[in-house]
Amino acid sequence: MPDVIMPQMGESIVEGTVTKWFKKVGERVERDEPLFEISTDKVDTEIPAPSGGVLAEILVSEGQTVAVNTVVARIEDGLRVLATPVKTTQPQAEPPLQPPTPLPTSALAAEEEDIRSSPLVRRLAKEHNLDLRLIKGTGQGGRISKKDVEDYLARPAAAVPAAPTAVPPPSPATPPSAPTPAFPASPAALFGPYKVEKLSVMRQRIGEHMVLSKRLAPHVTTAHQVDFTKVAKLRDRVKAAFEQQNGVKLTFLPFVVRAACAALKAFPVVNASLDGPNIVYHQEIGIGIAVALEAGLIVPVIRRADEKNFLGLQRAIQDLAERARHKQLKPEEVQAGTFSISNYGSFGSLLATPAINQPQSAILGLGAVHKAAVVIDDAIAIRSIAYLTLSFDHRLLDGAIADQFLSYMKRVIENWGEEIQ
Amino acid sequence: MLECLWADLGTLDYQGAVDIQIDTVQRRKRDEIPDHLLLVEHPHVITLGRNARSENVLAGEQQLDRAGVAVHSTDRGGDVTYHGPGQLVGYPILDLRCWQRDVVGYLRALEQALIAALGEFGIAGARVEGMTGVWVEGAKIAALGVHISRWVTSHGFALNITTDLSYFQYIVPCGLAGKPVTSMARLLGSNPARERVIDAVVRHFGQTFDRAMSERQIEVPCLT
Repeated sequence: MPDVIMPQMGESIVEGTVTKWFKKVGERVERDEPLFEISTDKVDTEIPAPSGGVLAEILVSEGQTVAVNTVVARIEDGLRVLATPVKTTQPQAEPPLQPPTPLPTSALAAEEEDIRSSPLVRRLAKEHNLDLRLIKGTGQGGRISKKDVEDYLARPAAAVPAAPTAVPPPSPATPPSAPTPAFPASPAALFGPYKVEKLSVMRQRIGEHMVLSKRLAPHVTTAHQVDFTKVAKLRDRVKAAFEQQNGVKLTFLPFVVRAACAALKAFPVVNASLDGPNIVYHQEIGIGIAVALEAGLIVPVIRRADEKNFLGLQRAIQDLAERARHKQLKPEEVQAGTFSISNYGSFGSLLATPAINQPQSAILGLGAVHKAAVVIDDAIAIRSIAYLTLSFDHRLLDGAIADQFLSYMKRVIENWGEEIQ
Repeated sequence: MLECLWADLGTLDYQGAVDIQIDTVQRRKRDEIPDHLLLVEHPHVITLGRNARSENVLAGEQQLDRAGVAVHSTDRGGDVTYHGPGQLVGYPILDLRCWQRDVVGYLRALEQALIAALGEFGIAGARVEGMTGVWVEGAKIAALGVHISRWVTSHGFALNITTDLSYFQYIVPCGLAGKPVTSMARLLGSNPARERVIDAVVRHFGQTFDRAMSERQIEVPCLT
């Protein structure tokens, strides 16, 4: 039976005071899970369990001070409960998902008080009508953090555990080594062999940002067909000379950025952010350009994009994209964006509904420019076509504005008259 | 030399800072990030350590409410303390296994860094045996309270720069009755700039813990 001892938390420290047991006798404890807390002067330290099993005995109670290396508890190795996939194809008789039996308000409040969480978390739970008892806290001592709630909200629907009333409370009669309720440790366990890889920090950030954006903003997307023929012809005619003269390739993107800047000036509410009850109209235009990286993406910003000429825009796009791919962006180069563009067309996509880059209010999508048969004046013509999409935050913008915005861009692109050299 | 990133989070409510700390601690435990020193200023708040005695909060709920002072329970060591405007609150998130596995040594080192930083302003801070914190002529200028989980630290110190000391009347700071508090502004007779104090604290923190300090770059926004 492994002993749990009072650890030595420093050279000069000869004793420690147990201030809290996170587990009761008879409770299961995983290796490295916080088991108890000790206090030394102004430091509280959580001590993890040295091994997994069942807490068999607590020898030093809360408030007691003992010498370093004193045995404070014993853990009994239970049968190790392996995360085995569900054995039968017949799903366990699972009670239908239903809201927890209503408790008298005061009892519920008292119980929620017991759950280690902050007022912020409780408010969040209330907003989403969540029962905090369903959420596993990953904070200190099982405390439920804001992130735990967000993770819970973002979980796949299939992972919804049954309401707590469905899980019988562990009764004292239950043998300590009884297997824990049968939720597979990993959903992947249901799909045969698998390997597990840790999410990169960037992927985690993207995930958090996306979940936040989708939760905050009701997204609506509108799409317009835009005739790029005039622009495509111009580009074909001058692109060799343009590249030779300026050392940068000529792409469709600066045409679109230019048109977007003009439309943002015509519709300042699209170049704005929501801040509580206020609309913040940005005085400058910062265009974020989504750049795909090997294992994620980043959105560098062309600041004051409306003040750059065509060549300046093309240079900025290429420079930012290149340095993004080589991880050479400076922090300020991904800040101060007021509007973003996703050029998913460069990967062949015709239409997509990108997520808004918070706290912006809209994101423009540029589909692939391609030859298509279109009807013009009752005749079929072959034109260079692309779909522009605008995904917008319906709290601030309505479809009418979004469509006027895209119509404006369409006019600029279809009637392109600006010198590009 | 190991790296330590520092960041000035500006004014942030207590709970917001707790959430950031928890996130940073978890990532530090997973070794995804280096050590951190988070700096912040809180709006008026009284915080109670795990072992705080409620009698050390002297004011009633209504009185605190009127004064705009929130009350929070926390999992740090120590008794009760006050945070507010004009105070530099520091939350070092360090893996002590990369320094010294010594929690008391850690407190002494925090005091050392603050004493050295105060020295740059001509303030002679000192330790007082048995009373963790930094003291100047019998008055406390910086309070300490720390939490450690798997050798990763959280919570930390609060240094009074231009703190309105009258707010301490609502509590018995750290449960030590009859021990006055002071601030850099009171001792100097003028208000030192927060940036200068941060600069000194960050440098001496780096020297004391033998860390190369660099300012944390912002987290990048991403989209699909």
